[in-house]
Amino acid sequence: MAHDHDHADHDHDHSHPASELSPMDLRVRALESVLVEKGYVDPAALDALIETYETKVGPHNGARAVARAWVDPAFRARLLADATPALREIGIGGRGGEHMVVVANTPEEHNLVVCTLCSCYPWPVLGLPPVWYKSPPYRSRAVIEPRAVLAEFGVTLPADQRIRVWDSTAELRYMVLPMRPAGTDGLDEAALAALVTRDAMIGTGLARTPERNT
Amino acid sequence: MNGGQDLGGMHGFGPVAPEAEEPRFHASWEKRVFGLAMAMGFTGTWNLDASRAAREALPPGEYLTSSYYAIWLKALERQIQAHGLATADELASGTVSIPALPVKRVLRGEAVAPLFAGGFPSDRPVATPARFAPGARVRARRINPTGHTRLPRYVRGQVGTVEAVHGGFVFPDTNANLAGEAPQWLYTVRFAGRDLWGDAAEAGHAVSVNAFESYLEPVDPEPLHPEPVA
Repeated sequence: MAHDHDHADHDHDHSHPASELSPMDLRVRALESVLVEKGYVDPAALDALIETYETKVGPHNGARAVARAWVDPAFRARLLADATPALREIGIGGRGGEHMVVVANTPEEHNLVVCTLCSCYPWPVLGLPPVWYKSPPYRSRAVIEPRAVLAEFGVTLPADQRIRVWDSTAELRYMVLPMRPAGTDGLDEAALAALVTRDAMIGTGLARTPERNT
Repeated sequence: MNGGQDLGGMHGFGPVAPEAEEPRFHASWEKRVFGLAMAMGFTGTWNLDASRAAREALPPGEYLTSSYYAIWLKALERQIQAHGLATADELASGTVSIPALPVKRVLRGEAVAPLFAGGFPSDRPVATPARFAPGARVRARRINPTGHTRLPRYVRGQVGTVEAVHGGFVFPDTNANLAGEAPQWLYTVRFAGRDLWGDAAEAGHAVSVNAFESYLEPVDPEPLHPEPVA
């Protein structure tokens, strides 16, 4: 291929009509054609994989687990003690989350998850990782200057709250259990789950307060 | 390997660029690459660790200037060719010219939901007792393997504390070479920020990694008859 400007493709390549396929579209189309024709890949499996991870698996799963943990102390205890079976109780599990660990934020310690070596991420609770999670700025800096990274997400922690960074260097996948915001006593689980952002479960955010959410 | 993937502690990449409500994929080809990588992994011709190793083997300059799914694509093309599943000419033309090789299994559409909801666990029994118990001080070995490893450079040679013992898991360093799963005990080891980064460390900062037993050596003398780990 004469020129594949890979690093920029994600900025502009959304829905080319067939007449103006990008070099990357053409390259991947050729690869897919060969793999399907040789029988290594079932096109129906491709469609099912894409549909599953584009539309079905996402942070709404993790938010549901967080809300349950906020209202059910026994579930919270099980989630923190052994997250994988606890998540299975509420129908969450699978590829990229075979061995889950949930870490709870407290007034004393804030947790932040990164994968410096690749992009390990808890798929069943959060879906596929966002681009920034997989990119060099976050992967390089989260372990050496987490407060500076958090500031770029608009999060400033109290100076006396420790920061614990979890580098996902094996098949254990981490999810942060954010602190329940004040002023949420009367909310049911569904309303609570709506306060739980993806970033709050990575540790680059905090759960929303009801005021900001409405 | 000390490649472009081992980013912890590097400088110069600029600010993080969060996207609000970001889409899962930013181009249609990214979706196809994702699906193809998953489906080809399922054939059993290689494993997840081998795929990571293939991505890391891109020259650092190329790794660092390629988008995430471009890295996946380039590694997948290399793996396909290295295993003889297709030739460079076939991948360039999109036209098949040599017969397919047999593969162990093919992922069928109807199997995706149950298989991926079940997952592919990597915990394995280990016959020997765990060498380290929670609370033990350990040093991450100064290793510099040219092949795949999951011990990041920024902890090598540093002393930390074992926080958790997780059981046996597939050892990526051998598995990536298709040299066997050789499971080992896996630990969580906590390092103080100051021990890793010196005066550059932020206040109240600690980093944990998951480390396989052979990545670690004892700092304190070990008892002659270690207590079994509960």
